[in-house]
Amino acid sequence: MFVINCPYCGERDQSEFNSGGEAHIIRPKQPTELSDDEWAEFLFMRKNIKGIQFERWNHTHGCRKWFNVVRDTTNDQIHAVYKMGEKPPKDY
Amino acid sequence: MKNKYSIFSLIKNAFSQHENWQQAWGDPNPKKEYDAVIVGGGGHGLATAYYLAKKHNMKNIAVLEKGWIGGGNTGRNTTIIRSNYLWDASAGLYDHALKIWENLSQELNYNVMFSQRGVMNLAHNLQDVRDLKRRTHANRLNGIDAIWLNTNEVKKFCPIINTSPNIRYPVLGGTLQKRAGTARHDAVAWGYARGANEMGVDIIQNCEVKGIKRNGNQVEGIDTVKGFIKTKKIGVVAAGHSSVIANMAGLKLPLESKPLQALVSEPVKPIIDTVVMSNAVHAYVSQSDKGELVIGAGTDAYVSYTQRGSHDVVEGTLKAILELYPIFSRMKMLRQWGGIVDICPDASPIISKTSIKGLYFNCGWGTGGFKATPGSGDLFAHTIANDEPHKLNAAFNINRFVSGDLVDEHGAAAVAH
Repeated sequence: MFVINCPYCGERDQSEFNSGGEAHIIRPKQPTELSDDEWAEFLFMRKNIKGIQFERWNHTHGCRKWFNVVRDTTNDQIHAVYKMGEKPPKDY
Repeated sequence: MKNKYSIFSLIKNAFSQHENWQQAWGDPNPKKEYDAVIVGGGGHGLATAYYLAKKHNMKNIAVLEKGWIGGGNTGRNTTIIRSNYLWDASAGLYDHALKIWENLSQELNYNVMFSQRGVMNLAHNLQDVRDLKRRTHANRLNGIDAIWLNTNEVKKFCPIINTSPNIRYPVLGGTLQKRAGTARHDAVAWGYARGANEMGVDIIQNCEVKGIKRNGNQVEGIDTVKGFIKTKKIGVVAAGHSSVIANMAGLKLPLESKPLQALVSEPVKPIIDTVVMSNAVHAYVSQSDKGELVIGAGTDAYVSYTQRGSHDVVEGTLKAILELYPIFSRMKMLRQWGGIVDICPDASPIISKTSIKGLYFNCGWGTGGFKATPGSGDLFAHTIANDEPHKLNAAFNINRFVSGDLVDEHGAAAVAH
């Protein structure tokens, strides 16, 4: 439980948000060309990092918009928040 | 040779104020080389080592533990044991474990306090009723005991449950597995550690793994804080930290690690003599032999390694507990804690070889690994020793995420994920 600084609404309690898991997993452009291994990689395989992780969050009980978060999974501290489509900050 | 625990050894040691009990397992420094190394000294890892030594005659092995024996999820779970899973593969896996549980104290000469007090799963809406009845039939076809109870029978079996039709999620019935129950979680780890150590297994605590060395596609050894250990076979049983170890070997796993919470109340006189689980409102409760209520809450819905968990999750569980058991409204909660559970997309475990030769993973047990401890160890030992899965864990291979042949127990397993 922590506070997330939604880029649209400001600081709100984490319980207002839903985690969308690891960020920057790009949906394959040509799904029909994909092998089973590539599908498994896209659908199921995750870095599941202990440390600094890039992830997607949705402000479900607020503006309902998606955005990205840089969070340390060892202490739940959030280091940065950035909008969808933006590149992740370079410092991490 | 370890001394046998018995009523006579208890009496004998009473004369020396219990100060001369033999050490249950040693504290060795790692050797230069082992035939196999198990990473993770929880129940599953120790059971794996025990069965490798006992059934597969691999005695030159070590168990490496980052902290201390049983200090991870083995000592953090709510100790529930059952095998009432929907799918054939899961039923086979968990009932294999339950059958070992039934004779485990005798086998280990260590009282694991296995108590077949029954596990009841409640239904709170019509879909629950349909699902649980279907699961009862599926269980019985697989030779697993299961019965359906209507609301009155639920009340009779556990009188403190509020079965009023006026509560938010009324009790519409439930299933009961009488062979299910609980065990003392620490004792399971200690019993396996003692048994494995007696057969020559080195149990090395405070020994964090730092890297896995490969030569091409073959495992060569393992880097630890206590130095490099040469080995051709590594079995990883690291629960919430499985992905961390996998990353060291350049592997990615289909896992997400999340905190799962539990809490216990102050001890009270016997009030609930079974285990009651409720899927729809996510509340489960039993009573320990010390008298504490043991309450399981849900997972946080995000990746975290913090071992604490969110307050709102506990609050949600306690709200449900209070509505179902108004008698607990003045109980004080003594302790709350979290453990990191590794959850697979299909909520079933992985007991499998990997693409790297000599590297095996036993992970993805998510919120329900404790019940499977003996079976998991037995089947993982078989997989490591033979470099082939046993028929009971063949379905739980890592390739199912590529082939699509998932063992989808989400929701079907009688507990919400």
